[in-house]
Amino acid sequence: MPEYQKFEHDVLVIGAGGAGLRAAIEAASVPGLKVGLVCKSLLGKAHTVMAEGGIAAALATVNSADSWKVHFADTMRGGQYVNSWRMAELHAKEAPECVHELEAWGAVFDRTSEGKILQRNFGGHRYPRLAHVGDRTGLEMIRTLQDHGIHQGIDVHMECTVVSLLKDGDRVVGAFGYDRQRGRFILFQAKAIVLATGGVGRAYKITSNSWEYTADGHALAYNSGADLADMEFVQFHPTGMIWPLSVAGILVTEGVRGEGGVLRNSLGKRFMFDDIPENYKSQTADSEEEGWRYTQGDKQARRPPELLTRDHVARCIMREVKAGRGSPHGGVFLDISWIKERIPNAAEHIKKKLPSMYHQFKQLADLDITTTPMEVGPTTHYIMGGVRVNPDTQMSTVPGLFAAGECAAGLHGANRLGGNSLSDLLVFGKRAGKFAAEFAKGQSQGKVDMAQVDSIAKETLAPFDRVSTSGSTGEGPFRIQHVLQEKMQELVGIVRTEKEMVSALDELEKLKQRASVVAVDGNREYNTGWHTALDLPNMLVISEAITRAAIERKESRGGHFREDFQNKEKAFGEFNIIIRRGPGGAMQVVRERIPEMPAELKQIIEEQAK
Amino acid sequence: MSSATFQLWRGSGADGKYTTYTTDYQEGMVVLDVIHKIQAEQAPNLAVRWNCKAGKCGSCSAEINGKPRLMCMTRMNEIPVESPVTIEPMRAFPWIRDLVTDVSWNYRVKKQIKKFKPRPPDNPDGTWSMSQEDVDRVQEFRKCIECFLCQDVCHVLREHNLHEEFVGPRFFVYVAALEMHPLDTENRLEELVTAKGIGYCNITKCCTKVCPENITITDNAIIPLKERVVDEYYDPLKRLFRMFRSK
Repeated sequence: MPEYQKFEHDVLVIGAGGAGLRAAIEAASVPGLKVGLVCKSLLGKAHTVMAEGGIAAALATVNSADSWKVHFADTMRGGQYVNSWRMAELHAKEAPECVHELEAWGAVFDRTSEGKILQRNFGGHRYPRLAHVGDRTGLEMIRTLQDHGIHQGIDVHMECTVVSLLKDGDRVVGAFGYDRQRGRFILFQAKAIVLATGGVGRAYKITSNSWEYTADGHALAYNSGADLADMEFVQFHPTGMIWPLSVAGILVTEGVRGEGGVLRNSLGKRFMFDDIPENYKSQTADSEEEGWRYTQGDKQARRPPELLTRDHVARCIMREVKAGRGSPHGGVFLDISWIKERIPNAAEHIKKKLPSMYHQFKQLADLDITTTPMEVGPTTHYIMGGVRVNPDTQMSTVPGLFAAGECAAGLHGANRLGGNSLSDLLVFGKRAGKFAAEFAKGQSQGKVDMAQVDSIAKETLAPFDRVSTSGSTGEGPFRIQHVLQEKMQELVGIVRTEKEMVSALDELEKLKQRASVVAVDGNREYNTGWHTALDLPNMLVISEAITRAAIERKESRGGHFREDFQNKEKAFGEFNIIIRRGPGGAMQVVRERIPEMPAELKQIIEEQAK
Repeated sequence: MSSATFQLWRGSGADGKYTTYTTDYQEGMVVLDVIHKIQAEQAPNLAVRWNCKAGKCGSCSAEINGKPRLMCMTRMNEIPVESPVTIEPMRAFPWIRDLVTDVSWNYRVKKQIKKFKPRPPDNPDGTWSMSQEDVDRVQEFRKCIECFLCQDVCHVLREHNLHEEFVGPRFFVYVAALEMHPLDTENRLEELVTAKGIGYCNITKCCTKVCPENITITDNAIIPLKERVVDEYYDPLKRLFRMFRSK
């Protein structure tokens, strides 16, 4: 009989990035409520730390014409109208207050000349809207939440991974996991659980995501019977590093383009002017001159085409590369150094505005971005899909189980705008914490089925047994993850076809078989091989969800591009695709009609389309 | 494709030793890539802590040929490979396994430092006004990614083991960021002397040299804090004033 460390919390938050920390802080603000926070890594290291550009919120400090209505309309347009309109409304209304909260907790944003929070331009946002700190906004945000959060009486469980949720009837009542340092099992009892585990990028070969992004929350929710939505929508960020190979995928912030950076092909041409989508024509500059003026704060100018939405820019880059007009290592050129033609002290200006980017290229690629163009190409960056939640409370379809941030679906629809992620974490992290606390107050601790716990514990240790009982070392986990990454990149990547995705399902089935007999050696202390073996089933089941949802959506929309169905279809704009675990354990794919938008929101969208 | 030999510190508890691995590496690879390669091909249970692999999270701190560095930001072409490259865990913290140490002491120390306490909002809408000039200094300190390399290299911690009396460079930077924050109203100077041991620092600047974020820890954070402490506690006039006030 295995031994367990036991903890009881009223609210347990799984994941300690921006959304998890914000949820825990909110829940802990309720007097007497015991809140636990599980981090897979050390506190303050979660993927939020890598966010660069900024937090989108209609503070209107730089352009007074901005308002929640414009932000709402921009978010819906960017998401191609399959977003949850209610989440988009709440997000646009509540983001400014959440940014001010951060400032009250010690965040130090860059300032305007009047001493207000400075806002920068970003793709798909009509006005300068991103509150930022150079290009390290995510670090500022997570550190502020961390430094505030450690004084709120939250119990933090560092380097701890949850492998299964526990239910009592329909309701979620606890979680089972292990501490990564010593490998000891931990049993959490909780009246409400918030998932804030981020994304799935580690299922792809080229990604900007850290190792933690192994679809844990998506899989925990799915396995416990919760619905997932919009899983076909994966965002490929247009500008990742492509050279040297070992750093391929690392993000190059959109802020480079916001500060005047331009994309060129091998002929030196600014190709983004060649293809401007109809619904963005009226907002896009028609000359290089106008685009430059926009980046320098001219309120009369329209934005340059480099700042169109990420899905579109990524596809234009792919087109240039396919047509043989790419850069030497298979990308295109992103040039910020050219602004020396326009402004004095350009090199200093670039270093001040984009310090991390300067540092990153200098150190990893021996390249000075103030004198030389960068080579960039698309990188797997974000999943718009996730746990289907109530837009107001963030509760999933399983009572007591909440989700916020990247692992939840709804706000971003088919494509997320840059900057809307950090604000998403704050707005919906706060809401999830609030409503999870309210739910917990009305409950007593549920009953944990110890027989089930014992059986999960046994399963968790199985990879060790496969070595000792058979006497021969079975296949290790790293190779399987590597093949998964290659297959997802190749078959369910930026450009998709039915044929390739069906073959991806076959490949995933084979990998599941291999993962079911994966073996690891050594002991339970900080054993990365063992950890990876336990992450594999999560990545595999969620890769299947992405693939099945992508097969079902026979059109192209936002981050989902089908070579066999290249147009956007009105009929497909009327529903979301839901993935759930069927009664027999088979994955079900269901179309769910999007609720009718209220007249006043429709009116806002119509007004903003002018 | 080149090849290099590495001596990795492996084991746990009292049982640690160098284990030798030879592996190929490609142009542009960083040390962490090589560690991952060894892990995938030769040593699947090799313990290594890392996260972002982009120099932003500060998880993969280690001692490469004896120098505290981030493995993800150290390119292979920066280090000599004629003789074996040694990679060890940070030595100023309790060892867990292989390249991983227990850095939880840092988290306990931070919790003991008085938190940010802003002045009342400047504007009716609950916001504050600050000029960029006033926040520049604090923004430098807030670049810290908490890799704890400055703690690792500091002789007060590393050689003298004064973890109970001295908080280390990281937390002087943290206190400086709070003390110099334009909105903060808290006073942390007394505890700097009594509980944080700022007097132990004899400004050898080792911390500044290893900081991957190029924060000028000694000159911009520690020395100004020492000066404030002197002004507040060792200025004869102020001392006199305090004596009267306390009566």
